[in-house]
Amino acid sequence: MGRRRFLMSTVHDSRPTPSAARTRRGRGGLATIPLFAFIGFAFGLPLVAIGYAALQVKDPDTLATSFGIANLTASLQGPYRNALQSSIELSAIVAFLGVVFGTLLAYAVVASGSRRLREPVLTASGVLANFGGVPLAFTWVATLGNAGMITDLFNLTDHGWSLYSFTGLTMAYLYFAIPLMVITIVPALDGLRPQWREAAQNNGASTWQFWRHVGIPVLMPSLLGGGVLLFGAAFAAHATAAAMLGTGSTVPLITLKIAAALGGDVMVGQENVAFAMSLDMILVVALVMAIYLPLQRRSARWLA
Amino acid sequence: MKATRIASLSTGLVVVVAALTGCGAKNEDTTAAGVDAGTATSIADFGGMDGLVAAAKEEGKLHVIALPPDWANYGEVIDTFSAKYGIEVESENPDASSSEEIDAVKTRKGQDRAPDVLDIGAAYALSGAQEGLFAPYKVATWDKIPDSLKAANGDWVNDYGGYISIGCDAKRIEVCPTSFADLLKPEYKGKVALNGNPNKSGSAYSGVFAAALAQGGSFDDITPGINFFGELKKVGNFNPVEATPATVQQGETPITIDWDYLNAGYAEQFADKGVDFKVIVPSDAQFASYYAQAINKDAPHPAAARLWQEFLYSPEGQNLWLKGYARPVLLPAMSADGTVDAALAAKLPEVDGEPEFPTDAQVKAAKATLSESWDAAVS
Repeated sequence: MGRRRFLMSTVHDSRPTPSAARTRRGRGGLATIPLFAFIGFAFGLPLVAIGYAALQVKDPDTLATSFGIANLTASLQGPYRNALQSSIELSAIVAFLGVVFGTLLAYAVVASGSRRLREPVLTASGVLANFGGVPLAFTWVATLGNAGMITDLFNLTDHGWSLYSFTGLTMAYLYFAIPLMVITIVPALDGLRPQWREAAQNNGASTWQFWRHVGIPVLMPSLLGGGVLLFGAAFAAHATAAAMLGTGSTVPLITLKIAAALGGDVMVGQENVAFAMSLDMILVVALVMAIYLPLQRRSARWLA
Repeated sequence: MKATRIASLSTGLVVVVAALTGCGAKNEDTTAAGVDAGTATSIADFGGMDGLVAAAKEEGKLHVIALPPDWANYGEVIDTFSAKYGIEVESENPDASSSEEIDAVKTRKGQDRAPDVLDIGAAYALSGAQEGLFAPYKVATWDKIPDSLKAANGDWVNDYGGYISIGCDAKRIEVCPTSFADLLKPEYKGKVALNGNPNKSGSAYSGVFAAALAQGGSFDDITPGINFFGELKKVGNFNPVEATPATVQQGETPITIDWDYLNAGYAEQFADKGVDFKVIVPSDAQFASYYAQAINKDAPHPAAARLWQEFLYSPEGQNLWLKGYARPVLLPAMSADGTVDAALAAKLPEVDGEPEFPTDAQVKAAKATLSESWDAAVS
């Protein structure tokens, strides 16, 4: 019941009610100040600092600094551009697969109607969704790394398996991406009321037609939101990749490139290019959000 | 309860006051004997070793960074120094990189937590000196160090070095490779690892340089080395795992291209754990390189920093590095005057002839090439 009411209120809120909204906005103005102050402090200041550092160009010979876009252009060329591309590809694939498999798993659990299945799956998802970083990497290395238990048992290396590849990394990321999707999508699946399906059936709709015209449109905001969340999680992941790939060379990733430029024994004076790369990452995420928001609004209108 | 709170409050106040007066105090930072330790350029400024020891003891502490205990026997070096002079050594972030060391010097200027001394790669020694971050100091054994291995004014001095070697877990590998050419053999599928990404790790970078020499390249041309690893990746032998003591012990990196002193250190460390690790300097490439020591210009413990340098470049310190299979910079001089520990020197992997080193310009060009084409070669 509680969950159902939650969805209904969301639906209700998205309906345009101009007069109420205006008064609420008027009175709420003051109350939002702490929020904006926090956002300005936690996101604005670092953004300005990153932008400032990214625009500072250091001459490698004289060590004199000046303002310019040399770091930004450098960050979008050669190996840095490859790393950015490969990060985007990896994150997009993880997001896509995560959304598909996470939703299917969640739907299986919800549709089964079994509490005994539902609760362990949700609890496990909650735990696994937060299972990232170094522990996750070591789990994979210990089982499927090149001296891993399963690898040794089945001689996987001779069959061409390598954990330290694009495929291996995608699999490792899916380990937290799918559970994250399950937690995100279960409330929305709960909101798919059986009556809708019955109504559709009574009107002679096939299962496919129900999903095509009712199910998926209703779920779309949550699917999109989940996709963006998974993309962001995979795009920003550093510790897992760093611990798993070490050298980070077989799968170039932007986060590993930033780490190499910021702290290493080899490349001198690349710090500001690292800031430029961080700025590129922020732009990519902003771009994804820019695509996501109108889509989400459009599909949310379906519900009104 | 209350007492603790007052204690912590007063500690806090002391810290604030110390921070406020920090800049002013710097100028009066002279020893009891009236020596300004921060500008001393040799032991003579302290009136000899006793004066330096007394001044360092007065400071009581040495703050070091990026000295892994299992790297060139640094653990024992630190313990011996600490015990010998009764100076507490605070060792911070042992796995930090050269650029993180330089960063710590810059960002902690004037703080008590700033590193006193640095052990850095050659490129960072040069750029740090150019930025004026180091205090020039000439240790007592200065004249015995070849000119090509030190900054003329004493800003930095090479400390220890080694050769790129091939480490091999003889329990897992039937026939250990003895050259770079061997590494391409099909029996080493997925087994050949570096110590990190050559764009980040100095030893991995040197591994690529050594491969270049083996494959007909030169100090002017690192490309054959990059191509070699591209080939290694293509035949499936390249193992992207970063070699560490843990990966060596677990057999994740059964063949590692790394400094001979690190590989030899692993061999010693794991001998009693059933790992039979062999170290070979490849027959087709002998690539050597040194790290460098420098003193932070704004060292919070300037006298202790200088005493540390004197200790490192004394026969005792040099022999301790040798014990970690590293080749101390004074090894030739000490072999000549008989202060070297001959038993330790005999344990070093065999090499023929004198090592040669690339010039700064060659190093710079090689790094630019590497950063441009490494990813493409191995991904």
